Amino acid sequence: MVRINSAVIVGYGGYVPRYRIKSEEIARIWGRDKSELPVEEKAVAGLDEDTVTMAVEAAKIAIKRAGIPPSKIGAVHVGTESKPYAVKPSGTIVAEAIGAVPSVTAADFEFACKAGTEALQFITSLVDAGRIEYGLAIGADTAQGRPGDALEFTAACGAAAFIIGRDKNEGVAEIEAWTSYVTDTPDFWRREYERYPHHTARFTGDPAYFHHIVNSVKNLLENDGYTLNDIDYAVFHQPNVRFPLVAAKLLGIDLEKTKPGLITGYIGNTYAASSLLGLVKVLDQAKPGQRILLASFGSGAGSDSYIIRVLEGIEVKRSLAPTLDKFIERKTYIDYAIYARHRKKILM
Amino acid sequence: MSKVYVAGVGLTKIDEHWWMSLEYLMTEASLKALDDAGISRVDSIYVGSMLSPILQEQGHLGALLAEELGLSGIPAIGVEAASASGAAAVYTGAREIESGRANAVLVVGVDKMSDGMAEEVTAAMMSGERQEYVGFIGATFYSINALIYSLYMDRYNVGQEKIALFPVLCHEHAVNVPHAQYPFKIKLETVLNSPYISEPLRRFETTAIADGAAALVLVNEETAKKLDTPKTELIIEASTDYLTPFQREDPLWFPAIQLATSKALSRAKLERQDIKILELYDATSIMAIVSLESSGFAERGKAWQLLERGELGLSGALPCNTFGGLKARGHPAGATPVYQIAELHLQLTHRAGKNQVDSAKNGLAQSLGGVASTAFATILREV
Repeated sequence: MVRINSAVIVGYGGYVPRYRIKSEEIARIWGRDKSELPVEEKAVAGLDEDTVTMAVEAAKIAIKRAGIPPSKIGAVHVGTESKPYAVKPSGTIVAEAIGAVPSVTAADFEFACKAGTEALQFITSLVDAGRIEYGLAIGADTAQGRPGDALEFTAACGAAAFIIGRDKNEGVAEIEAWTSYVTDTPDFWRREYERYPHHTARFTGDPAYFHHIVNSVKNLLENDGYTLNDIDYAVFHQPNVRFPLVAAKLLGIDLEKTKPGLITGYIGNTYAASSLLGLVKVLDQAKPGQRILLASFGSGAGSDSYIIRVLEGIEVKRSLAPTLDKFIERKTYIDYAIYARHRKKILM
Repeated sequence: MSKVYVAGVGLTKIDEHWWMSLEYLMTEASLKALDDAGISRVDSIYVGSMLSPILQEQGHLGALLAEELGLSGIPAIGVEAASASGAAAVYTGAREIESGRANAVLVVGVDKMSDGMAEEVTAAMMSGERQEYVGFIGATFYSINALIYSLYMDRYNVGQEKIALFPVLCHEHAVNVPHAQYPFKIKLETVLNSPYISEPLRRFETTAIADGAAALVLVNEETAKKLDTPKTELIIEASTDYLTPFQREDPLWFPAIQLATSKALSRAKLERQDIKILELYDATSIMAIVSLESSGFAERGKAWQLLERGELGLSGALPCNTFGGLKARGHPAGATPVYQIAELHLQLTHRAGKNQVDSAKNGLAQSLGGVASTAFATILREV
């Protein structure tokens, strides 16, 4: 594996919208059994929010922590499967909103729930190659779940943003290695002009989520010479509370290393933002020198895994902006009717 | 009429086999059975499958399997009788040997349910019922079972906790079974606290989506003598009934089971008390209970007492579903009957491992299509 020479996270930010709907409320509407709900509650975007506005919110927090002029950002990549525009990049709107235009490259990435870590791969590579001084990678989604479908319990809204630079002295964490594991596995998809995705029930587990994450992580550890002892935190894509814990178990990772970044029970599955918000949550508490294993999963299917080492800069920069907990704790509960309105589920 | 012998069995583990196709599963089971019998050629092949034309859009399984096995040229035919399809294939193969037209027949049961979404599988399972006016109203196999269940509890004044012991027994028996889908124990509370599939039927009283294939090599007496492999004698009988249980005189009585069982016992010159292992078709807990009564192994309204008294356990008077039954070994639809018969064969040839029931000389498998609209009774006898 070709080593990453110089790519550090210089600023990071997570954003979770204010509104929450409890799984029990969704179960009440659809007459579902309340004894085995996949999450407690999930985050719902407001009427005036979408993937782009949430991406901007997260980016602004990341910029605040990075302490750099936005004009120095040479690339804005947004990973999402809920673009407000089918044709027209979300990246341009975000770049304009934060003041990174016009000397910037902007694009959107789509790979279901791993689009965010994919954007991070490309930004890391552009910075490492010396093509740009700073780059902004975002994972953001207003995830769709068909009314009454199992997905509706978890499909949530959120965004995470990372500014990548070269100088370790200004970094909060260093990206030491990443790898990808991708196959053509159709576990979940949404075809053109369809409003909601299809999924293949339990097939989304073993041959999709677990197979790809486990192999991605194993390859990363083997190729780059890491062992499980090198890892202090493990963050996985979080479609529900159970899957990341099972993935950790399959890999032989202590559950106590996985729980600190596990937030899906309170905010739901934020799709392209899911594993990255887990990373934000861990950066909010990690100590310099600790290593974080990050492994996303995107249906279709693939997993990107990263080894990230926390740097000294974390202590100061963490306090420059609100931690993720502030957003998780800030909540207004809504019922299914308001939720249906917010998520535009009522079509005349 | 020639006698029929089982000379070899082949089983695939029942699971959600994401990495294996329908062809792969039935070929693997077939090769295992041929290896077990120690032969490489047969005179004909019969394949039983319920769902493959719907879920895989694959019919023509006879010629397909012959091709996969490199046996193209011999007669090979698919046989269908809903979830009793595998037994229908055994029946057809056995009749061919009895008639003297074949020396050795390969019989395979296969279904791969994980290729369908849950709702597709539920709809496909209703192909064994009358679509015109039962499927049409939105009834499912489980909702029909739920009605029978309610009626049973009401008529005989029996609580669900008595009937829900059946899945607990099945899971207990599956623990040491390598080919079982769910080889672990469960508690009665787990069954009673599981969500309703269709009230009062709970999830742990039903079966799950499963993939699997099982195969038998059937031979005539002359061939059996030449083969140096453990064998059992096979006697199979069949019967049918109205597709819809609520058109019958009494929904709590399955006459097809009674008829098929009596015919098989009579041909084998056996009495019910000679049967020391019973394989019931427990697609739901209540079906097992009504089957026990309909086939004369329990009094009407009292089958649950056998469960309560432990008589159906491995060391009981009538060990039942000794490899876990449909509930815990798994229920890959049309393949299931072939698993049942193969398991009886393993018992009677003393290859049942930790679940071996030593005292048994005869075993009976009941295989049902729909809610006992088709019933096969297969007796295996130690030789």
